[in-house]
Amino acid sequence: MKNSWKTALAVALLLAGVNLASAAEPIKIGSFLAVTGPASFLGDPELKTLQMYVEDLNAKGGVKGRKIELIHYDTSGNAKDAVSFAKRLVKDDKVDLLIGGTSSGDTLAVIPDVEKEGIPFISLAGAVDIVEPVKKWVFKTPHTDRMAVAKIYEDLRKRGLAKVALISGDGGFDKSGHEQLLKLAPQYGITIVADEFYGNKDSDMTAQLTKIRATDAQAIINFGFGQAPAIVTKNIKQLGITLPLYQSHGVGSKTFIDLAGEAAEGVRLPAAALVVAEQLPDTDPQKPVLLAYKNKYEAKYGPVSTFGGHAYDGLMIAVAAIQRAGGADKAKVRDQIEKTKGFIGTGGVFNMSPEDHMGLNLDAFKMVEVRNGSWKIVQ
Amino acid sequence: MRLAGFHVFAALVVLLAVLFPDNYFVTVVGASAGLHVILAVGLNLLMGYAGQISLGHAAFFGIGAYASAILTTRFGWPGLLAMATGLLAAGVIAWLLARPILRLRGHYLAMATLGFGIIIHVVMVQATRWTGGPDGLAGVPPLNLLGWSVEGDFQWYGVIMAAMLLAVWLSLNLVDSQAGRALRAVHGSEFAAQMMGVDTARAKTQVFVVSALFAAFAGSLFAHQQAFVSPDSFNLTISVELVTMVVLGGMASTFGAACGAIALTLLHQGLVVFEDYEMLIHGALLMAVMIFMPQGLFVGLSQGTRRVWRVLSRRRISLPSTDLTD
Amino acid sequence: MLDQLFQFLVTGITVGSLYALVGLGFALIYNASDVVNFAQGEFVMLGAMIAIALVGAGLPLVLAAIAATLLTIVAGLLLERFAIEPAKGASVVTTIIITIGAAIFLRGVALLLWGKDFHSLPPFSGEVPIQLGGATVLPQSLWVLGVTVLLVALVRAFFNRTLPGKALLACSFNRIAAQAVGINVRVMLRLAYGLSAGLGAIAGILIAPITFSSYEAGVMLGLKGFSAAIVGGIGNPMGAVAGGVLLGLLEALGAGLISSGYKDAIAFLFVLLVLFFSPTGLFGHKIAERV
Repeated sequence: MKNSWKTALAVALLLAGVNLASAAEPIKIGSFLAVTGPASFLGDPELKTLQMYVEDLNAKGGVKGRKIELIHYDTSGNAKDAVSFAKRLVKDDKVDLLIGGTSSGDTLAVIPDVEKEGIPFISLAGAVDIVEPVKKWVFKTPHTDRMAVAKIYEDLRKRGLAKVALISGDGGFDKSGHEQLLKLAPQYGITIVADEFYGNKDSDMTAQLTKIRATDAQAIINFGFGQAPAIVTKNIKQLGITLPLYQSHGVGSKTFIDLAGEAAEGVRLPAAALVVAEQLPDTDPQKPVLLAYKNKYEAKYGPVSTFGGHAYDGLMIAVAAIQRAGGADKAKVRDQIEKTKGFIGTGGVFNMSPEDHMGLNLDAFKMVEVRNGSWKIVQ
Repeated sequence: MRLAGFHVFAALVVLLAVLFPDNYFVTVVGASAGLHVILAVGLNLLMGYAGQISLGHAAFFGIGAYASAILTTRFGWPGLLAMATGLLAAGVIAWLLARPILRLRGHYLAMATLGFGIIIHVVMVQATRWTGGPDGLAGVPPLNLLGWSVEGDFQWYGVIMAAMLLAVWLSLNLVDSQAGRALRAVHGSEFAAQMMGVDTARAKTQVFVVSALFAAFAGSLFAHQQAFVSPDSFNLTISVELVTMVVLGGMASTFGAACGAIALTLLHQGLVVFEDYEMLIHGALLMAVMIFMPQGLFVGLSQGTRRVWRVLSRRRISLPSTDLTD
Repeated sequence: MLDQLFQFLVTGITVGSLYALVGLGFALIYNASDVVNFAQGEFVMLGAMIAIALVGAGLPLVLAAIAATLLTIVAGLLLERFAIEPAKGASVVTTIIITIGAAIFLRGVALLLWGKDFHSLPPFSGEVPIQLGGATVLPQSLWVLGVTVLLVALVRAFFNRTLPGKALLACSFNRIAAQAVGINVRVMLRLAYGLSAGLGAIAGILIAPITFSSYEAGVMLGLKGFSAAIVGGIGNPMGAVAGGVLLGLLEALGAGLISSGYKDAIAFLFVLLVLFFSPTGLFGHKIAERV
């Protein structure tokens, strides 16, 4: 008994020795995402994407001959946990780079620490405030909620609709979108005739929609994600409201159509090209990237969402920056991320600069409409 | 003798800081555990000694935190003044609420406190202009203590630990005071306590206010330490967690509550590496502890060590069991 | 305006019946053991998720619903046998923490089995809204309403007319006395957990087409059901229904007439007022403290 124990120890030591000799230190990527909790709709595909591609990169020999190690903690959408796990990643796990912060609340909460520690951080959250004003170490890959709002308002203008009713949830994503809806309305000549809220776990929104029905609104905009927008969509049908309905990019996943069923027909929303990848012309440079990501993700996990795509973009931008920097030196990697030019991701074509730590423009969004149970690009 | 445990506890806190001044699990997790201890010890006064349950305690924690955050960021108040205002606000609200709410018993009291917690949470989420809404309020300045600006994890560890020790010391003394004895009488039987001339309504109101003050104090420190507040730190889940800490550690014991607070904080840090299995294990552990140690961790573990101690001492000096620890 | 008000009322009642249905399960376990089972919402979730999984596997809806109810009953019995029974004699608060642990555990199981996505069941009889004057209601809501009424009648009949029901009530009044007259308290407790798990499952299956379901769906439904049961007067099945409908109406009217952002605050403010004026809920027994 004692002997076998000693042998095992010897083997373990030997293996550890071999390991040290053969491979260089891995590059450590730290990630804190809301994989459970109210924002799991976003965080779950993000984590799956990161895991899948890190595995993939390592199978191809890693970056600069070094393996990538992904260390992840679940914040369950709690800003307090985001702060504490970001510290754990930096202080205890000593990671080289951070990718994460599913919700804007999580991201905004960790920014002071990130700036103090001086570690590159690519956020996967939407709010404009994350990159405006520019923070030295903070970048982000998703489109901002302001862009989504601008896209919706542009479409309304094209259709000649000016009176709008808003109905939004009570989460961070919903509230910050709602703020942008109010802020941008005057620029586009939009009047807001109703402004209603619901709880993201509510089971019925007919009371709010009944109020909206009694106004002279010409369109309804629902900013939210998860199951609530599907319930809103169904309730609108139930009440016999025929106004055009706009959803946000928060429902850019097939799950929304599955849940809302027939009621989803005719719903419009701004979405990343990922959900309509097949419909893009072959000349579109994004098409091969989108299809590759989509097929890979769907083969393993099921319907793709644009949120997983943000994680893909973040990881690939980071990897390219590490490659250009020739290592994981924090300051050099930061400089290289800032120099990202013409990177074709799932969210669009990224051109970052010292003034722009996101690097996407409004073209990155497509206006899509649900027709016959799937997304169609609105021309 | 009464404070022996307290001195051991204090020594441990200092020792950890000296040995591991830059360890994440000491400074960051330790500080977080310290805040939880303040909250749990305060709630234990209400639950353990007065026998009144509260499923809305996170609301007072939040009132303290938001008072500090709003007054310092939006009005530029100094931190200590904002803290005092937060304490005052929490105290007054608790005092106003105490009479009607503490007339309720058992599950009805649980319901009412839960409702109160939800109302406060809704305000935090909806009053965006003041509270910053669900994404919260960032940029809370560092706390300034008579010219010393508290910054960095190590300094915060020091401040929160000092606050925690103060809370534990206060709690130990309160329990032993005349008011504390009146409280325990309320827990035993309110009717009997009344018969013996204890003004039970007054005793309950006092403890409710004190317990709210503990929570608001922790909240104010929390806001400065995080430099950030958001409603998800003060929701129903947190209230339930606080109750769990008190019961898990062992009700009606200051060190029991502290023990529960530390255990749950560490558990969360430890289980997060299990990813999707975290919830399953968390739930199973909670059930197991309560089934096998219905008196809580503190009593359960100290009985366990006592038993081990007895067995060991018997072996060594082979004397018939004289209980040394009692 | 009148049409609007009517729709608010209809919405309130349909949402309220949903809360009531969940609240019934709380009342049942409380009657047998004086314990509020915080895992009741998870029974609701389990019923829905199992039914969804079985329908997805190709089973017809009726069979899936029956199987899901039975499986949830098994889960309830297991909970009683392996978590509640071993803690016999523990204080009420300790038992509450055990049920909270059980709730987290069951959520963890559901997470591993079905992932984090939301799932839906097809409505039982289509989605064509039914006109009631100026208001509309979904056929599925009528299902919820109808089954709630039916179940309340059954639960009442069970407690008032059947021997096991009366024995169960006796346990809640005085456990030792119940034992003395030959009631097997342990069997009664199992019965209560089994029945309320079943009730929860039925609720979950009926609600799933309206609200969808996921591993976390039990949290909110449990909270609302708990509130319904308490406001109505804990232990009284009729009270749970009254509490549920009251809560639903408060939310709908609050959202419709005052402010949709603050509707939950408005609803709970009313709940607090109800408790201040009637400390044992709407239909609760007046409790005398045992000295």
